[in-house]
Amino acid sequence: MSNVPAMTDGTVLPDEPSAPRRFLRMLWADKFALAATIILLVVVLMAVFGPALLGDVAQKQNLRGRNAPPFDWERGWLWWMGADSLGRPLLARIIVAARNTITVAAGAVLCSALVGTALGLVAGYASRRVGEAIMRLADVIMSFPSLLLAVIVLYILGPSVANVVVVLAITRIPVYLRTTRAEVLEIRERMFVSAARVMGASSRRIVLRHILPVVLPTLMTIATLDFAYVMLAESALSFLGIGIQPPEITWGLMIAQGKEHLTRAWWLSFWPGLAIILTTLSLNLLSNWMRIALDPTQRWRLEMRGRSNG
Amino acid sequence: MADHLLEVRNLSVEFHTAGGVVKAVNDVSWHVDRRETLAILGESGSGKSVSTAAILDLIDMPPGRITSGEIRFDGRDLLKLGAAERRDINGRRIAMIFQDPLSHLNPVYNVGWQIVETMTAHGQSRAKAQAEALRLVTRVGIPNPAEALRKYPHEFSGGQRQRLMIAMALAMKPDVIIADEPTTALDVTVQAEVLALLKELQGETGMGVVIITHDLGVVAEIADRVVVMNAGEIVESGTTRDVYHNPRHPYTRKLIGAAPGKGEMHAPLSTAEPVLKVRNVMKTYGTFKALDGVGLDLMAGETLAVVGESGSGKSTLARILLRLDEADAGEALWKGRDLFRMSPVELFVLRRDLQMVFQDPTQSLNPRMTVFQLISEAWVIHPEILPKAQWRRRVADLLAQVGLRPEHANRYPHQFSGGQRQRIAIARALALEPELIICDEAVSALDVSVQAQVIDLLNRLRREMGIAFIFIAHDLPVVRDFADHVMVMRKGRVVEYGTVRQVFEAPRDPYTQALLAAGLDPDPDVQAARRAERLSVRA
Repeated sequence: MSNVPAMTDGTVLPDEPSAPRRFLRMLWADKFALAATIILLVVVLMAVFGPALLGDVAQKQNLRGRNAPPFDWERGWLWWMGADSLGRPLLARIIVAARNTITVAAGAVLCSALVGTALGLVAGYASRRVGEAIMRLADVIMSFPSLLLAVIVLYILGPSVANVVVVLAITRIPVYLRTTRAEVLEIRERMFVSAARVMGASSRRIVLRHILPVVLPTLMTIATLDFAYVMLAESALSFLGIGIQPPEITWGLMIAQGKEHLTRAWWLSFWPGLAIILTTLSLNLLSNWMRIALDPTQRWRLEMRGRSNG
Repeated sequence: MADHLLEVRNLSVEFHTAGGVVKAVNDVSWHVDRRETLAILGESGSGKSVSTAAILDLIDMPPGRITSGEIRFDGRDLLKLGAAERRDINGRRIAMIFQDPLSHLNPVYNVGWQIVETMTAHGQSRAKAQAEALRLVTRVGIPNPAEALRKYPHEFSGGQRQRLMIAMALAMKPDVIIADEPTTALDVTVQAEVLALLKELQGETGMGVVIITHDLGVVAEIADRVVVMNAGEIVESGTTRDVYHNPRHPYTRKLIGAAPGKGEMHAPLSTAEPVLKVRNVMKTYGTFKALDGVGLDLMAGETLAVVGESGSGKSTLARILLRLDEADAGEALWKGRDLFRMSPVELFVLRRDLQMVFQDPTQSLNPRMTVFQLISEAWVIHPEILPKAQWRRRVADLLAQVGLRPEHANRYPHQFSGGQRQRIAIARALALEPELIICDEAVSALDVSVQAQVIDLLNRLRREMGIAFIFIAHDLPVVRDFADHVMVMRKGRVVEYGTVRQVFEAPRDPYTQALLAAGLDPDPDVQAARRAERLSVRA
């Protein structure tokens, strides 16, 4: 028996509210997704306004306050999370670092997802020969150690935010490419694709209008998982000295810098670590919600929940 | 009250779904005795499988909940037994045969292992079980039984797999066999054989058989008594003959009335120049000859039925005519121009004339598009048909034409029932104002009463709009009231071609005769007469 309520002859469903209101209502229905959205909004606000407001404070050294412990309520709120090995307030640094971190991670994930998906769609739907060529290209990227690639490229081009984004994006392309291609190969045999072909739809239309929307939820899940991976990969590069260069900061770099003080001052690595965890967790929860909210056959789960709660 | 072999009393089962509590079955009672066959007849969603699922403890709880009733077997109420006792009864005393044997056989073990396992799971020694497995496989009529035991499920045909499922179910010599749509996935000729096998085995072992089906023909062929279910309730029960000849409940009457193959046969139109001339089409997949010199003529506004069992090449023919697959050789002249050799540009124009309605509307409608988007996509692709300002109005017109309401345009396909979805698919095909619609098994996934409605709709469209149809089906009765000409295919070849009347009343080819004979008539008396005839032929 199917769990989806099917409409029988003669039933009239009430009119559906407008799209933005529906989505807000569905977001309200899933409290985890709501919390995740709020956290992500805070992170974005931090990234946009942080450097302008707190840039100076975050860079100002204060050697008397080296490794100041957190939860010292007598000092200003910027010191509540303690200070790093040069006495700079951690809270301010985390807020300022949000911009670089999010730029690198979002940039790399978006670039690799866009390029990977596009190539994957082509590889899956185009002729065999084109598909094979693209797949071998992916194999080359995958068989090349990504760290080695990063070292070479960044050594030649010089470390900067943009270059780090490019390097990370290239190494992550095969993930999207392979997933997309595999899904396309399956979906292109489905009947609604045949139906579109019978109508005379162009390949472009079939791929973008009929196949991509079905692949998208999977890709979104991968992208959010990748977000965390990219943040950590960036910190590894920074740790090697070829990623983001101090005095610029990212969360990954802060963790790396705090590592040597871990036994005496755990908070140096803990807070930026927490920021990474919260961000990626929120992204995961939100993408999970989106997967359901964007699927017309699943949407009722959220709408039902909203109704029983409200 | 005499004790029955298996009795369900006042059973009610609820499911908790998003739409609230659904009463899957409500106060249902039936029983089956030794040597007796009970049919539970109902359409999809009628709750016909739920009571047997309760017997075998197959209902997931939650979301399901048995709210009242008892299931008496051997003087005990099954619902009050513990899980271990239930398992001991399941498979050993009450066995089940499923609709789709391929998904119920494990693909990584050979069938011998699987049959033996059902016996060893109930405590038989392996050696004895193996000997018994060989006997069973021989009994259900699998060729080369010893070798067959070492083969894997995919190496058998659909009918053989169903025979193997029966062998597995019989392994522990059960008292009751429950068969859930055992022949629905099978070809007509194979269906008749499997039903005959079940009947024979029942005669040998004296077991009670409960058969769940939507098909009046199956009921007429095999059942002694029948209960008719609708919307979770039993609306009628009695002996098969009684229910067929004197149906009391309106639903039963509707169901019997909807059975295809009783209406007036069409006389074909006067001969005109054919719009579609297909000659000598060949298609091979590897070494398999899917189409071997197929040809046909189709007049404008005429309906040609293409009938054949699975593997006969009828769907391949449809795909090739629509250029979803390429033919290896042959020609298909559409208004004098060979559509196998058209350039992409010519083909694009041709798409407006030739449309297709697919077998399963659940799969042929993109689940992420609204009805409006699905239908108007035709005009996005062919913008010359209709200016955008009129799309809304035209979609509403088309929906009205296929018997849906204009306000359905903003819904998604999953919000409709199977029959309604097929109407949407038809509306989509009509949006291009085609001259020929190819229906590939367009009604075989639908319930009988819905099937009749969809065929009525197609009939009306043909009368009012003069659309020609190529109607592909695996079942002859469905095409009887609808087609002008019938073409019977077998193994990629046309074995018979003629007007409906010729094919149904005087079939020339032995295969067509076999196909007609294997089709099950909903009238139990007709079936009984046919069975007697078959026996006398054999004797």
